[in-house]
Amino acid sequence: MTSDRVKRHFLLLIPLLFLTACATTQDRLLDMDTSQVQLRSIQSRAFDTTDKEKTMRAIIATLQDLGFMLDRADYTLGVVTASKARADSMQMQVHATLRITVTVRPRGEKQLLVRASAEYQRSPVTDPKPYQNFFNSLEKAMFLEAHQVD
Amino acid sequence: MGLFIRIGSALLAGVLLLTGCAAVTLDADLNLTPEMFAQRQMQTRRFDTTDEQKILRTCAALLQDTGFTIDETETKLGILIASKERDATDAAQWAVFIVGAVFGVSIPPDKDQIMKAFVTTRPVGTEGKQVAVRVAFERTVFDTEQRLKKIEALNDPKMYQSFFEKLSKALFLEAHDI
Repeated sequence: MTSDRVKRHFLLLIPLLFLTACATTQDRLLDMDTSQVQLRSIQSRAFDTTDKEKTMRAIIATLQDLGFMLDRADYTLGVVTASKARADSMQMQVHATLRITVTVRPRGEKQLLVRASAEYQRSPVTDPKPYQNFFNSLEKAMFLEAHQVD
Repeated sequence: MGLFIRIGSALLAGVLLLTGCAAVTLDADLNLTPEMFAQRQMQTRRFDTTDEQKILRTCAALLQDTGFTIDETETKLGILIASKERDATDAAQWAVFIVGAVFGVSIPPDKDQIMKAFVTTRPVGTEGKQVAVRVAFERTVFDTEQRLKKIEALNDPKMYQSFFEKLSKALFLEAHDI
């Protein structure tokens, strides 16, 4: 009697487990941890130029300066993806990967908006400091000031 | 005796601290450092030409000649990315492995490596009369058990010198330092 009840409960539990798995995948696919507006502001800067080619070349040069390896670049879409991975098991250095996607698009008539989004060890980077560092490095290659946008 | 134990445990603590060290960090790796500029100098040469596309074409041919496969290109932005997979077997490491095995220690030697090349070109100088070429090499090493052993930038200046020597020969142009 009791064992029957346990069995029934157990059978009910199985679809529940499946449901949980589904929900997690969906959450991960389109997750928005921090407020989306806030994150966009942390990740974006405006530059006073309309020269998309020059801007993208500066982004690529900056990433190469920082020791990144380029994964993908598309001028038409204005997208650059690069990653930096290092590991050394002999020197006890743990394998770590930093991936970054940078997009360039027009902002009004006279500016370009550059947005960077980074991923470190399989988690999104939401801390403002690394982005600040990246844009500081990019400013030097652009010879232009990066303006904060809301 | 007590002193030895104390020194021993201090050394052990040091080793344990080292274990947790990540090879890339968010704090350090998006910041330009003077070492990065030195690296740029080693990896870059200028050529007296206005034909950026010709340089890219020659770089592609040179990489192909040296056994690389082209993975990604974007002519409009002056980009070439190529890779090759090669044997990474090192006789010295096998010697260590065999000696280690005698004493019951197993250090799997390197087996395979994937080498990557990342070439960028851009017009420089007054009125874009020169083209700067920069190449960066890195490699990923796996041991005999197919475990990731190392991912590192290749920083031997000879490697870069040889690349640019071959490139200037193919271009019939002299390579200038930046």
